[in-house]
Amino acid sequence: MTGLITMNDLSNEEILEILDTAERLLPVARGETYLPLLQGKILGNLFFEPSTRTRMSFETAMKRLGGDVINLGDVSTSSVVKGETLYDTIQMVDGYTDIIALRHPRQGAAQYAQDSANSPVLNGGDGAGNHPTQTMLDLFTIRQAHGTLENLDIVLAGDLRYGRTVHSLSHALIRFGCNLILASPSILRMPAEIVQDLKAHGATIVETEDLIGSLDNADVVYMTRIQKERFNDEDEYKKVAGAYKMHASQLSNCRPSMIVMHPLPRVDEIHPSVDSSRHARYFEQAFNGVVARMALLCRLLNVEVPEKIEGGK
Amino acid sequence: MAIEQNMRRVTAIQNGTVIDHIPQGKALRVLEMLNINDATSVPVSMVMNVPSKKMGVKDIIKVEDRELNQDELNRLALVAPDAHVAIIRAFSVAEKLTIELGDEITNVVRCTFSNCITINPREPLPHRLFVASREPVELRCHYCGRPQEVEKLIENLL
Repeated sequence: MTGLITMNDLSNEEILEILDTAERLLPVARGETYLPLLQGKILGNLFFEPSTRTRMSFETAMKRLGGDVINLGDVSTSSVVKGETLYDTIQMVDGYTDIIALRHPRQGAAQYAQDSANSPVLNGGDGAGNHPTQTMLDLFTIRQAHGTLENLDIVLAGDLRYGRTVHSLSHALIRFGCNLILASPSILRMPAEIVQDLKAHGATIVETEDLIGSLDNADVVYMTRIQKERFNDEDEYKKVAGAYKMHASQLSNCRPSMIVMHPLPRVDEIHPSVDSSRHARYFEQAFNGVVARMALLCRLLNVEVPEKIEGGK
Repeated sequence: MAIEQNMRRVTAIQNGTVIDHIPQGKALRVLEMLNINDATSVPVSMVMNVPSKKMGVKDIIKVEDRELNQDELNRLALVAPDAHVAIIRAFSVAEKLTIELGDEITNVVRCTFSNCITINPREPLPHRLFVASREPVELRCHYCGRPQEVEKLIENLL
């Protein structure tokens, strides 16, 4: 069975169906109703890299639906440290579980795991590659705010080079006809091959270093963290990071419906003054990780979600 | 005249394979890609930088007593996609083969991206590159999706 490795694994119709399912599951995610659709199923959480939100929201999604979770645990105490290959680890976990969520520092690890496994694999981030389950929750958040995914003006800002969330998200957004403004320091620009792919799909892409000047005409501003370790020179880091800080006072001319998103964790790129503005959506976004992953787990495990759920719309 | 001189540079072979119209300077790469090396026992002749009507200058390789098969030849799509290949039997051309770039190149080269999962030599799944574009040729890794640089790829021959 195939899992979700990149957004290319889903058609636009499938994306919208999954978002509809996620919406129906909101009362279950909030704990308002219990719906053990995944009772008897086990998720293998294999996180070879640190993760807070992705790992916890997978776990929450599984447990809210009555399923169970086993964790790889700390990589430094697992057999990985003894030199076990990913192939062997997957063979073992495949036998223990019904579905696997994987995060790995090496790019391509999720596809590799899928090719090694019989169970579906959900890519929870592979190196600087893809992070499609994050994209699904991002799309859910955008649609929740704007009622559509079509033809929106979206600013992706910060570290576009190494930020896998923006790689997957940009591919999905252009399929819905969104216009993208890629705002980043020059050394953290979106990889050329991704820009080339986006343009090949006929997307309107503008690359700029000016984040603040891009805010006023945006429907969504998607901020990402600029990591200090990407810079050789600390002064250069400070200069760049300073230009990618958002403060509530900069949002006065924005469209009223504009939303600010962030995959979190944030450091200084969104000032706490933004938290109380009507534009802030990053905490809801993090919560939406639970419903989006619930919907994905059900779909990949071929479990039908009822059309009407008690407590739902 | 120039062509006849080329032929005289290396004697005709009785049986084996002739690879003609190799881009100038790529003959050594072709040998590498065919795993023809010091462990090869059959006679191998190579001429480099000879005049060609079609290419201006070209390289030629003759491998005696060995008929290269289509799979072996398809490896050459990376360096000599337009080379002409002839199977020689009893001093005559018995078959002409063309090099074909399929949809995927499996277990010929390793992905050139330094952070690809396939970098670990102990991982057992096949190395797979798929053809993302034919004109110009663009190969991408099946696992990490990164486009490959042909020059670097040749250094990563398996």
